[in-house]
Amino acid sequence: MSGEGLTIRDLRVTFDGFTAVDGVNLDVPAGDLRFLIGPNGAGKTTLVDAVTGLAKATGSVRFGDEELIGKPVHRIARLGIGRTFQTATVFEQLTVLQNLDIAAGAGRGMMTMLRRRKGIPEPVTKALETTGLTDLRDRPAGVLAHGQKQWLEIGMLLVQDVQLLLLDEPVAGMSHEEREATGELLQRVSADHTVVVIEHDMDFMRSFARSVSVLHAGKVLSEGTVAEVQADPKVQEVYLGRASEPEPASVSEPSATPVSVAEEA
Amino acid sequence: MTTTTTAAAPTQPVSLLERFRVPGGFALGAVLLLGIAPLALSDFRLSLLAKYLCYAIVAVGVSLAWGRGGLLVLGQGVFFGLGGYAMAMHLKLADAAAAPGAGPGALPDFMQLYGTGGALPWWWKPFANPGFALAATVLLPMAVAAILGFFIFRRRVKGAYFAILSQAMAAALSIWLVGQQATTGGTNGLTDMQGFFGYSLDDPVNQKMVYFIIAVVLLLLMALARQLFVSRYGELLIAVRDSEERVRFLGYDPANVKLVAYVVAAGMAGLAGALFVPAVGIISPALIGIVPSIGFVIGAAVGGRASLVGAVLGAVAVAWAQSTLSDAFPAAWTYFQGLLFIVAVGFLPGGLASLVTVIRNRRTPTTRSGETA
Repeated sequence: MSGEGLTIRDLRVTFDGFTAVDGVNLDVPAGDLRFLIGPNGAGKTTLVDAVTGLAKATGSVRFGDEELIGKPVHRIARLGIGRTFQTATVFEQLTVLQNLDIAAGAGRGMMTMLRRRKGIPEPVTKALETTGLTDLRDRPAGVLAHGQKQWLEIGMLLVQDVQLLLLDEPVAGMSHEEREATGELLQRVSADHTVVVIEHDMDFMRSFARSVSVLHAGKVLSEGTVAEVQADPKVQEVYLGRASEPEPASVSEPSATPVSVAEEA
Repeated sequence: MTTTTTAAAPTQPVSLLERFRVPGGFALGAVLLLGIAPLALSDFRLSLLAKYLCYAIVAVGVSLAWGRGGLLVLGQGVFFGLGGYAMAMHLKLADAAAAPGAGPGALPDFMQLYGTGGALPWWWKPFANPGFALAATVLLPMAVAAILGFFIFRRRVKGAYFAILSQAMAAALSIWLVGQQATTGGTNGLTDMQGFFGYSLDDPVNQKMVYFIIAVVLLLLMALARQLFVSRYGELLIAVRDSEERVRFLGYDPANVKLVAYVVAAGMAGLAGALFVPAVGIISPALIGIVPSIGFVIGAAVGGRASLVGAVLGAVAVAWAQSTLSDAFPAAWTYFQGLLFIVAVGFLPGGLASLVTVIRNRRTPTTRSGETA
């Protein structure tokens, strides 16, 4: 499943003269769990928008052998690239099961569409288990807790049979327990998928990132393992004056990366 | 991972009542429409009911396109009109051909009056064939809807813009028809139909037959719509209504999803228009313009646009109120109609069908689904 990597070359996105993404080069190899971090306005979300076809961009984004720039959103989605948004967007009036079934269904034939769903498709059962939502499958998605909605979104990407997941701040607004659960979910998912996570939460990043790219003012500032990036003086400079990052919670801190970016700065 | 307070979902056992609710309701509707109504109502009342049921057929389509698909179809008069005129043109041609001393290709009465130079316009000719005319009542509106919808949805026209565009199309068609006095009967429309595929429409027995046809068509289309509602397509349509962008990211093209609902609703409106002609005896620009087009959705709005039965009952009730009230207060009806629309959409978006749920949620404010239902 994790056959393809993402290759971005000289990507530029401009809104009315403002350059949000300014010549980004980025390689995410297949099977990576990559975190994209950077101050507000660094162009993280715009970068994901460009990859998924939502923002018009120049340059090149290749997924395996396919060039993505210029393709419409739904075609890019069908190539196996899925994303979530900062605010969870699930279909609130439909049940968890219906949400997953729709996500699993792009490419269904006319006759299947016009019939009622019989039983639960195999990928949906698996996604319910992976995300831990099996007991809630007949609930309308609108009544789910915030964290559960995010997990449902990730589950929807899984049943879509995506190879690359682009997640925009998946743990924003989550409780500590929900963050832990989400991190574990992402690690499980990245066993056979490529995952890119936009995140502000440094603790979360340190606990779960396999590799990190730092964006600043539309450019890639630094790239590497968590430790490498934190040791990079350029990164420390960008984060200077942003010492408001919370103190690292020592409980979940892996011993290999003890130094916080914020503390250094 | 379920660390929140939400309790595990109870697996609800399907009660006997629940299982037979739909087929039971369907059977009840059939008994009411096909058994009780023809016995209980006078010929005059029954012919009025036939007219209301035509509006109900339109409402079935509105429930699909608007209730489930979120498309505020304020121009169903276009498709109702296309179906109605297709049927009326055939009936007029058949009447003319059956007149004493005339043969196939004879001119309908109004053309002899206003004059088309003695020849039948080329686009009238195919409607002399009953098979063509019948097929056209459904396929013509569907084809027009497919072409219009293709451009509208591809260009991502939605919300109020879509509604306004629909209105404009209804206005355009009725204005065009008024201008074509010689070939469409102009403001008068097509009227004074004598026969219906060989049966005289003056005979009350045949009027009753027309009523039965309409009632059966309504029941069949409700069954068809119900199948669409519970199908995977129906679920996808709700998803498109609530979050079109999200659906696009799942790899679907929402334009196609909406197009199907729009075209099916147009076909239903066309069929309703076609059945309206023998039931009421007229089709005219005044019956398909802006005001009637709004009227088509008000019934669905009042009854509950997302609920099939709600939309149908609402359409019948509003049509009945219109006949009753517009006789008593001819000037006030239009205002009342507008007010009804605003109240229903603004304060009770689920229509009367949702009243029970709304009240229940008011009583027990702990029910969380109240916000989203």
